[in-house]
Amino acid sequence: MHRAIVSVALAFALAASAQASDQVKVGFMSTLSGPGAAIGIDIRDGFNLALKMSGGKLGGLPAEVIVTDDQQNPDMGRQTVDKYIKRDHVHFVTGIVFSNVLLAVAPVVFDSKTFLISANAGPSLLAGEKCSPWFFSVSWQNDGVPEAAGKYMADKGFKNVFLLSPNYPAGKDMVAGFKRFYKGSVADEVYPRLGQLDYSAELAQIRAAAPGAVFFFLPGGMGINFIKQFSASGLSKEVTLVTTAFSADEDVIPAVGEPMLGIYNTGFWNHDLDNPENRTFVAAFEKEYGRLPSGFAAQGYEAARAIDAAVREVKGKLEDSEAVRKALRANTFKSVRGPFRINRNGFPIQNYYLRVVERDAKGRITNRTLSTVLKDHPDAYAEQCPLK
Amino acid sequence: MRNGLAISMLVLLVAFPLAAKHWDQLFYVSFASRILIYALAASSLNLILGYGGMVSFGHAAFLGTGAYAVAILMAEGVTSAWLSWPLAVMVSALFALVIGAVSLRTRGVYFIMITLAFAQMAYYLFISLRAYGGEDGLNLAARSRVGFGLDLAGDLTFYYVVLALVMACLYLMQRLLSARFGQVVQAIRDNETRMEAIGFPTYRYKLICFALAGGAAGLAGALLANQNGFVSPNLLQWTQSGTLMVMVILGGVGYLYGGALGAAVFLILEEALSAYTVHWQLGLGLALLAIVLYARQGLAGLLAGSAAERR
Amino acid sequence: MATLILEQTLNGLQFGLMLFLLAAGLTLVFGIMDLINLAHGSLYMIGAYLVATVVRATGSFALAVLVAVVGTAAIGVLLEVTVLRRLYTRDHLSQVLATFALLLICNEIVRIIFGSQPMMLSMPDALAGPVQLLPGFYYPAFRLAVIGVGLAVAMLLYLLVGQTRAGMWVRAGASNREMAAAMGVDVKLLFTAVFGVGAALCAIAGAMLGPILAVQVGMGESILILAFVVIVIGGIGSIRGALVGALLVGMVDTVGRAFLPMLLRSFLSPAVASGLGPTLASIAIYVLMAAVLFWRPQGLFPARA
Repeated sequence: MHRAIVSVALAFALAASAQASDQVKVGFMSTLSGPGAAIGIDIRDGFNLALKMSGGKLGGLPAEVIVTDDQQNPDMGRQTVDKYIKRDHVHFVTGIVFSNVLLAVAPVVFDSKTFLISANAGPSLLAGEKCSPWFFSVSWQNDGVPEAAGKYMADKGFKNVFLLSPNYPAGKDMVAGFKRFYKGSVADEVYPRLGQLDYSAELAQIRAAAPGAVFFFLPGGMGINFIKQFSASGLSKEVTLVTTAFSADEDVIPAVGEPMLGIYNTGFWNHDLDNPENRTFVAAFEKEYGRLPSGFAAQGYEAARAIDAAVREVKGKLEDSEAVRKALRANTFKSVRGPFRINRNGFPIQNYYLRVVERDAKGRITNRTLSTVLKDHPDAYAEQCPLK
Repeated sequence: MRNGLAISMLVLLVAFPLAAKHWDQLFYVSFASRILIYALAASSLNLILGYGGMVSFGHAAFLGTGAYAVAILMAEGVTSAWLSWPLAVMVSALFALVIGAVSLRTRGVYFIMITLAFAQMAYYLFISLRAYGGEDGLNLAARSRVGFGLDLAGDLTFYYVVLALVMACLYLMQRLLSARFGQVVQAIRDNETRMEAIGFPTYRYKLICFALAGGAAGLAGALLANQNGFVSPNLLQWTQSGTLMVMVILGGVGYLYGGALGAAVFLILEEALSAYTVHWQLGLGLALLAIVLYARQGLAGLLAGSAAERR
Repeated sequence: MATLILEQTLNGLQFGLMLFLLAAGLTLVFGIMDLINLAHGSLYMIGAYLVATVVRATGSFALAVLVAVVGTAAIGVLLEVTVLRRLYTRDHLSQVLATFALLLICNEIVRIIFGSQPMMLSMPDALAGPVQLLPGFYYPAFRLAVIGVGLAVAMLLYLLVGQTRAGMWVRAGASNREMAAAMGVDVKLLFTAVFGVGAALCAIAGAMLGPILAVQVGMGESILILAFVVIVIGGIGSIRGALVGALLVGMVDTVGRAFLPMLLRSFLSPAVASGLGPTLASIAIYVLMAAVLFWRPQGLFPARA
C-alpha cells in the first residue's frame, strides 16, 4: 500500500515539474520500431535537423519536443496522445506515420482543440466532408502519389496491371488514387495484412495471373521484403515493377541494393530537385547524418518549419488558435519541394514527379527525377470539404 | 487493523480526484480510472485462477468482447449505458459459458492451450469485422449515457461511476467466495477428485464460476471501451491475457484484493518507469521472475505474511 | 493453375518444416521435462540476431549459422541451468509466468543491444536467385534450401532419437520420466542436453526465416503460438507428431491464405475477400487444434505411455 502511495506522489511531482509556459510544446509520436521504423526515424531526423538549424527554437520560442514510439499500434497511439494532451498540454501533435494510427488519434486531438500536423499519413477520410480545421498536412493526401503512378502507367500504355496494397485505410486510398488515372485492365487486386513479411503466396498469384506489370504500395519493411522476394522468384524477367516513393526511397534502397535498379516510382519530392531550400536541406542532412535524405526526412523537416513559421507569424501567442490556424493555412515558408500551397482541407496542392532508381555520378544507387507528372495538383476530396 | 487499512484506502480513493482537480492534474484521474478498470479485470481472472484453480490463458477475450459489445452498439446508435453495459456483461458471460463448456472437459496444459486457442479465434474474428474497423480498431463517438444528469465525458464523474461499480463487484465477489458456492469452488481447486468422490458436480461449479468471471471481465471491457474511447482487436491478443495473469500473480493469487493490488502496482510502475526509460519491461520481467521463484504469494501474500508476523 | 498449386504446396512445405524445427525442441522439452516454455520464441529471435550480426561482421552466411547454432545452444543451456531447472517441480502456472518473464527480459535485452529497428539480413548471394524446376516454373533457390535444411534436420532427428542410445534415453524420458530415472538414466544431463538441442534447432529456424521475414524484437511471439498449436496437435513429447502437426499447420495456413481469398472472391469484393481469407485460414488452425483435442485429447502421436 505504501509503495502505491509513494509512486503516485512521485508521479505527481514529475508532472508538476514538467509544466512551463513561454515555450512551444510539440508531441512527436512516430513509428520507431517494427517494419515501419525506418520511416519514423527519417521523419524524426528531418524534424530534428530543422530544429537544430533554428537553434532549438520554433518561431523564436524555445521548443520542447516529446518523442514517443507508437509501435505502429493504434491503441498505443491513442494512449500516448491522451497523455500528450492531458498531461503534457502540447500545442502541436505531429510525426505520425501510419493512417490507421492517425485516424485513431485524430478525434482526441481535434476535440481538445490541438493542432495535428501530419508529417506523413494523409487519409482520405480527413480530406472530404470530415475535414477538420485543426488538421494540416505538410506531406500529401494518400491518393496523390499513386494518382501520378496511375497517370504514368496509363500514358505509357501498360496493360493488365496487378495491384498489391495492404489492407488498411492508406492501402485502400493508394488503390483508389491509382485507379482514378489508370483506366486500363486490372489483372488482380490483392490486399495483404499490414505488416506481412512473407509474400510467397502473393508471388505465386502474380505468377499465375501473368500481368504486364505490378503496381504495389508496401511501405517500409513490407516493401523491402517484397522486392527481395520478387527478384528471388524469377518474376523480374517477365513482369515490370512500378511503385510509389514509399517503397523506393532512401530507406528501402540500402536494404535491397541492386534489385532496385530500374524501378520507376512517383513521389512529391526528390533530393535532386533544384531550388535553394532543397539544396540547403540536402547538404545539411548529409552533413549531419551521413546519408541522403528520403522523402520522409523532407516531410519531418517541413513539419518543423511549418510550425516554426506559424509560431513566428502569431508572435508566440499560441493561445490564439484562430491566428495560428490562419498562419498555417497561409503557409508562409518556402518548401523544399518547390511549388506548395495549402488547400481548404489542410492538404497540400503540389507537383508530383516521376523518378527512376539508377546509379548517380558518385556511383550511389538513388533516385533521379525524370519529369513532372501532375502539376499544382489538389487532392480529389477537397471539393467536399465545407471549410474555407 | 485490516478494517482501518480498508477505510483509509476508501477515503484515499474518494478524495484523490478532488485533490487532483484542485492541482489541475486531471490526467491522473483518468489514469486512476484505468487502474480501477484493470483491477476489476484482474480480479475476475483471480476468481477463476486463484480461487478456482483454472489457468485460463484466454481471459482477454472476455475483456475484449465486452468492450466491442459497447463499441458496436454505440456505432449502431445505442448509447445508453443501461442497455449496452448489461448487454456487454451478458454477451461475455455467454461467450465464457460456451468456451468453458468445451474447455473444462480438458485438464492441465490442454486447458491452457484450448482457452488460448479460443481467445485467438475471437481475436481473428474481430479482425475480420471490417465493418467495425477490423484491425484498425473502432472509435467510440462518445461515452455511454447514464442519465441522472451525469455526463461521463467528465473525468471525475466517470471515475466515481467506475469506482462505485468496481467496489460493488469486489463486494459481490467477497460474498460469493464466503458463501457455499465459493467454498465449494475453492475446495475443488484444492482437491477435485475428493470433491467428485463426495458427490459434487465439479464440472458444473467450475463452469458457472468461469461464466461469472467472464461476465465480470465483460463489464471491465465495457468500462475500458468508455475509458479509451477506442477498441481494437489487440485487446484480445494472448499477450494481453498474459498481462492480466501477471497482474494477478503480482498482487497475489487467491487473495481477495490480489487482482486489484496487482493491477495498481503494474500500471503505476509502468507509468513511472516508462517516463525514465523505454526499457521498463526489463524491470518488470525481472520482478515477475523473482516473484514466481521466491515470493509465490505475490505482494498481498508478503503483506499478509508481514502483518501476521507483526501480530 | 497447376504451377500455382505446386508453388503453394512448396510454400506450405517450407513453412511447415520451419515450424517443425521450432516445435521439435518445444515438444521434447515439454514431453520430457513437463515444462511449458514461453521463452522458446526468444531463443529463435536470439538465433536470428546472432546470424544477422555475424553476417554483418564477416559476410559469410554459413559461418553465421554455425556461430548462431553454437551460441544459441550455449545460451539455452545457461538458461536451463540457472532458471528453468527450478521450474521442473512447479505447477504449470508458475512455469507459464516465469517463462513469460524470461520472454520480456529477452526482448528488452535485445532491444537494448540492437535497438528497436529491424536488423538487415539478406539471403546469401549464392541462393538469392531463382531455380528452374519445370519449364517456365521458377522457384526461389533460398526457399528450396530451407526445405532441404528442414528435411535434413528431420532425418537427423529421426536417426538420433530412433536409432541411438541417447535417443533411447530421450524416448524413455518422454514416455515416463520417473521410470527412466529409476532405470539409471542421468536425468539432469539429459534435460540440459535436450534443452540445448532445442535451442540449436531454434537458431537454425531463425537463420532460415530471418532473411524471408525480418529480424526484429518480438519476432518470436507470433510463431510461438503456432508452435504450441503444432505440438498439441501432434502429441506432446513426440517428434513424429511434431513433424506431422507442423506440416498440417503449415499447409492449412499457406493453402488457406492463398486459396480462400480466391474462393471467396467469386462472391465477395476483392477487399473483403482479401481480409476474410487470411482470417478464416488463421481460425482454421485453431479449429483444427480444438477438433484434435476433442477426438484425440492426447494428440495424434502421443509419446506418453
